[in-house]
Amino acid sequence: MILWQTLRFAVGGLAANKVRSALTMLGVLIGVASVILLLAVGNGSSQAVKDSITSLGTNSLTVSAGSAAGGSRATSSVKKLTVADAKALASDGDSSAIKSVAPVVTTSGTALYGNISYSPGSIVGTYPAYFETANQKVAHGEYFTDDDVLGSRKVAVLGATTAKQLFDTEDPVGKKIVLGGTPFTVVGVLQAKGGSGFTDPDDVVIAPLPTVQNAFTGFGPVNQILVQAASADTTTAAQAEITRVLLGTHAIADPSKADFRITNQASLLTARESTTKTFTVLLGAVAAISLLVGGIGITNIMLVTVTERTREIGIRKALGAPRAVILGQFLTESTLLSVIGAGLGVAAGLIGSHFSIVGIKPVVIPESVLGAFGIAVAIGLFFGSYPANRAASLRPIDALRHE
Amino acid sequence: MRHVIDNRVPAHPVPVIRIRRLTKSYGHGDATVHALRGPDDPETGGPAGVGLDIEQGDYVAVMGSSGSGKSTLMNILGCLDVPTSGRYLLDGIDVGHLDEQQLSLVRNRKIGFVFQSFNLIPRTTALAQVELPLAYAGVRTAERRRRAMAALSLVGLAERAGHKPNELSGGQQQRVAVARALVTAPALLLADEPTGNLDSRSTEEVLALIDGLNATGRTVVLITHEDEVARHAKRVLRLVDGQIVDDVRQAPVDGPPPFLYEAEVRA
Ligand SMILES: Nc1ncnc2c1ncn2[C@@H]1O[C@H](COP(=O)(O)OP(=O)(O)OP(=O)(O)O)[C@@H](O)[C@H]1O
Ligand SMILES: [Mg+2]
Repeated sequence: MILWQTLRFAVGGLAANKVRSALTMLGVLIGVASVILLLAVGNGSSQAVKDSITSLGTNSLTVSAGSAAGGSRATSSVKKLTVADAKALASDGDSSAIKSVAPVVTTSGTALYGNISYSPGSIVGTYPAYFETANQKVAHGEYFTDDDVLGSRKVAVLGATTAKQLFDTEDPVGKKIVLGGTPFTVVGVLQAKGGSGFTDPDDVVIAPLPTVQNAFTGFGPVNQILVQAASADTTTAAQAEITRVLLGTHAIADPSKADFRITNQASLLTARESTTKTFTVLLGAVAAISLLVGGIGITNIMLVTVTERTREIGIRKALGAPRAVILGQFLTESTLLSVIGAGLGVAAGLIGSHFSIVGIKPVVIPESVLGAFGIAVAIGLFFGSYPANRAASLRPIDALRHE
Repeated sequence: MRHVIDNRVPAHPVPVIRIRRLTKSYGHGDATVHALRGPDDPETGGPAGVGLDIEQGDYVAVMGSSGSGKSTLMNILGCLDVPTSGRYLLDGIDVGHLDEQQLSLVRNRKIGFVFQSFNLIPRTTALAQVELPLAYAGVRTAERRRRAMAALSLVGLAERAGHKPNELSGGQQQRVAVARALVTAPALLLADEPTGNLDSRSTEEVLALIDGLNATGRTVVLITHEDEVARHAKRVLRLVDGQIVDDVRQAPVDGPPPFLYEAEVRA
């Protein structure tokens, strides 16, 4: 009953200065909404990185030509990677760290189906092990096989985007497409992975290595060798193993003069993920500051209110209002400001998170919603308590004499 | 078992107000203003302080020129201000020993205050104003409403219950303030120039209310500059420079207030 009365007085007090109350609430609203939204953006970007790690294939290592120490060494001394290198890695008997090896050539060209012409993002020539290592799964049809590689058969597996572009709704499996003047039979279509970066991983044609070499690149060096470690724990061992074998095949004694590079994509992305974490923390800090500024806004307005209503406080005290009632009234007012502001802020933050911001789809962290709301309300109580306390401890005569 | 029965009737019942050696000063050093000082102490040469007793049921008018310390005295009597030195016993209780919590109870239960400047709470209806002291006393809503309406009817403003201060005339505002002061049925009504801002007709109305309250046994202390108003009191004090220089009894404590009495005689 007394609570209801206090609440009614507080609402009355806020309604007496509508514009001022609204602006103060706006401060809290912006603070809460920005906490929710900025954290959601940070979370969304790290989510995107996480997704691309899993889509890349776990435990995969990429060997590419070039010196590990950067471009300072003369390129002429760099020996290209060859199919022989890949075979040496695959046939390395005493390694349990390496599970499978796939040499990769990448090229580009135009694909034709009937009168439809389309240039896929890349044309990849490789071994069947590639599919597992690169986490490419066939959604429809089949993978090509080791036999296809040995026989240089003209078969191809299409990425989801490429399939859609060439065949639209038609079933591509069993159809013939022409790549670089050579007819290929489509044997499978890959599951869509969904793009997270600039290149669409689904815009691809994958065919047996010798077939692609025959049609496009010739039987020279390969672009990469994709190695799958036996498990996530053995990637380091696999890396050492690759170095040992390739130093042997390239006849290099000094490991620091290695003419190839091994990159562990997963660890690279983990590093990127930690960058986005830092980014999230920074965004959170900015948002927290704006929440604090909102809180200071409440203090400011409550101080003005107390000063304005000093006489009223004096009258109430002369009528016998206990300290707690005065304290309660002003605390209720400031808490009401922050609760309404924070509530609207939560709404604004949730609505805002439906739009993608600078290319990132925000993913709301539920804790941030509760946290921001709770902190805003706590700030209202905390920052309101100073002016409220000041009002409550005024001596009645001083309050009554105030002008 | 032995009973000791005390049949002695106290010669004087405990006075509602008893102040002793009360002083109030503002400022320090040479700039000190003694708003209440009383006569000079023959020993120290400093102010000896004001002494005053007010009996239950008395009707006291306090007069004196501007700056003589009337409001200062009144604020101390109403527990709105604290004296610099001296003792103030309200109903035999030394107010100086009470904490803030107990003081707010005293203000709420024992004292009704009426100010020259009305001091109504802005943007609040007359009914809510009058309910306020009851709310602070923890009276339930329905009971509060009933008693507030009764008080408003007593001052003749029942039909203005829903009006806010800016919708009432000065006289009506002061009557709301009187209703607010009497709604808790306090034993002591303090009024600091209650008619100072009113015309003669409104003055009559407000004074009639105060006379009526005194007639029902309430102790009234009222500050005024006007002899017309002071004539309503049973006792008139005159202050000069923080000293009581004159104390005249116009009517007995236990009788009705003089004007009410005359009105009855005339009728
Ligand atoms: N807060 C204060 N600070 C300093 N001096 C004060 C304060 N309040 C009152 N005084 C001084 O105390 C003296 C008595 O003031 P008080 O208000 O009691 O006068 P008063 O008799 O009520 O006068 P009036 O009839 O004009 O209302 C005055 O000289 C005044 O200047
Ligand atoms: Mg005065």
